Amino acid sequence: MSEHNMIRAEALSKRYGETQALDDVDLEVATGSILGVLGPNGAGKTTALRILTTLSTPDSGRAWVAGHDVVAEAAAVRRKIGVTGQDATLDELLTGRQNLMMVGRLSRLGRLVAEARTNELLESFELTDAADRMVKGYSGGMRRRLDLAASLVMRPPVLFLDEPTTGLDPTSRQRVWGVIRGLVADGVTVLLTTQYLDEADALADGIVVIDRGRVIARGTPSELKAATGSQLLEVTLAEPHPAAARELAAFSVGTVKTSEDGMRLWTPARNEAGLAVAALRVLDAAGALVDDITVHRPSLDDVFAVLTGATIAPHVDGAEVPA
Amino acid sequence: MSAATVMTPEIGAPTLAGRLRAWAEDVWVMTRRNLIHVRRDPMQLSDVTIQPVLFTLLFIYVFGAAMVLPGGASYAQFALAGLLVMNLTTSSVGTAIGLSTDLSTGVISRLRTLPMSPTAILVGRSISDVLAAVLCSVFIAVTGLIVGWRPETALPSVLAGFAIALLFSYALSWLSASVGMAVSSAETAQGIVFILVFPLAFVSNVFVPTQGMPAWLATIANWNPVSAVASACRTLWGNPNPSASIQAWPMQHPVEASVVWSLLILLACVPLAGRLYRRRTSD
Repeated sequence: MSEHNMIRAEALSKRYGETQALDDVDLEVATGSILGVLGPNGAGKTTALRILTTLSTPDSGRAWVAGHDVVAEAAAVRRKIGVTGQDATLDELLTGRQNLMMVGRLSRLGRLVAEARTNELLESFELTDAADRMVKGYSGGMRRRLDLAASLVMRPPVLFLDEPTTGLDPTSRQRVWGVIRGLVADGVTVLLTTQYLDEADALADGIVVIDRGRVIARGTPSELKAATGSQLLEVTLAEPHPAAARELAAFSVGTVKTSEDGMRLWTPARNEAGLAVAALRVLDAAGALVDDITVHRPSLDDVFAVLTGATIAPHVDGAEVPA
Repeated sequence: MSAATVMTPEIGAPTLAGRLRAWAEDVWVMTRRNLIHVRRDPMQLSDVTIQPVLFTLLFIYVFGAAMVLPGGASYAQFALAGLLVMNLTTSSVGTAIGLSTDLSTGVISRLRTLPMSPTAILVGRSISDVLAAVLCSVFIAVTGLIVGWRPETALPSVLAGFAIALLFSYALSWLSASVGMAVSSAETAQGIVFILVFPLAFVSNVFVPTQGMPAWLATIANWNPVSAVASACRTLWGNPNPSASIQAWPMQHPVEASVVWSLLILLACVPLAGRLYRRRTSD
């Protein structure tokens, strides 16, 4: 494998009963960078992460973390990784300090080293005041922070974060982002899954979009945004109109998509003031009856609509999506 | 986050001694973690403290009054060994509940991504449960001494009796662990272990001599490991042991039989528990 890829997966597939959780997934994360794995619930993000962190084995395909095969050399991989799961992986009946000490001792740190590291982490995650309280009484944000701290006890060179900010308030979210940026500045390689486009945009050097177990797009955040446009124009007509799509193309930075019944049209659009009114005038002049017109920033749903609809092939590279 | 102090985990030397030390440390960390749980929620211990005391008092005063033993022996003298074994047998369900609860929380995922020894999770649990069993034994012994039970032998022999009961209890905790990992919830595990251990505890010489049972039932009771352990304790404590006159091998050699039974259960259930743990935690 190449020297500069801390995480690499080749053709990973995994099936749970009837569900193809992962289908031929390739991943590469360069040392010291952040890869954001983006996708809706149930897309296969967590399955990929479980395989890479040795919690699950793939049906086929191979993966390496820090140069070690995740199946054949699971123990070596475990010495190199920190993992923060989607569900809190903390011991509720232990205090924050006891949780970190337990992880430290089980990671084979000596007592004194584990104690020093525990204090340092409690400090930097602003948990010192709550350190000796049972985790049971922690708030959601405190749990996330402690969970993240627990995955950093060993100072792992590779960090896996499964939806690290889901359910957090904006302040806690910013704080977690800050921590992640700091780690990467120190040379840590991060793979994080998220449902939020803005999170991937704010943190990731590269993004992989997974849907129904398949990689449907990959690229840098700007490539991905170019594919979806900075805003999305959506029009609902009272009845289908043959010229509507052609007229809207004037505002489009991608392709104009039309729903099957011809009533709904949407497209990634130019970022300009008065877009809705301009589009309405053009459509009106062409004789189309407009029921509704909206302009909004693309949500993840929109990204999927555009990504899956913009090209014929289901498997696209972000760079090739017409922009 | 500063990268000022880079720490490398102390990876146990690749020697056998180094690996054993690392393993023992993992076991100790897991044991301590379970003990902290007990301290946070002391009611977890009710089945090895309050319950055995209640059982001891109830059986000795309620049933003991109506019980006539061969040779006119005191019921307290006879029953205490039985009460000890019965309580240790039923409290083994704690292992199933504890492990099943651990496996249902996210903690286990965290532990599995650490470079620790996976078996330490099981062994740590079995050790904290054996400590609970020691506590249970102390409570029963003290209650027994208050209500008139007296061992008639020297201290080493008395302690040997307790050691045999605890070895059996340890073996049962691995059986319980296997059940705990074979089923999906702590409630189910508790139900199944109870169904397994209740007949085991009662179809025995624990409360009554087996001589009065129908022949087929007496045969089962005489070969029941619980009977062997109760007889072993009675023999080692110099307490009345009506089973000594029964010709079945375990009743003639209760100490040997107890050890053999315990080792057989361990031989079967330790690898089984390990296999079930791997199956449960892999997908």
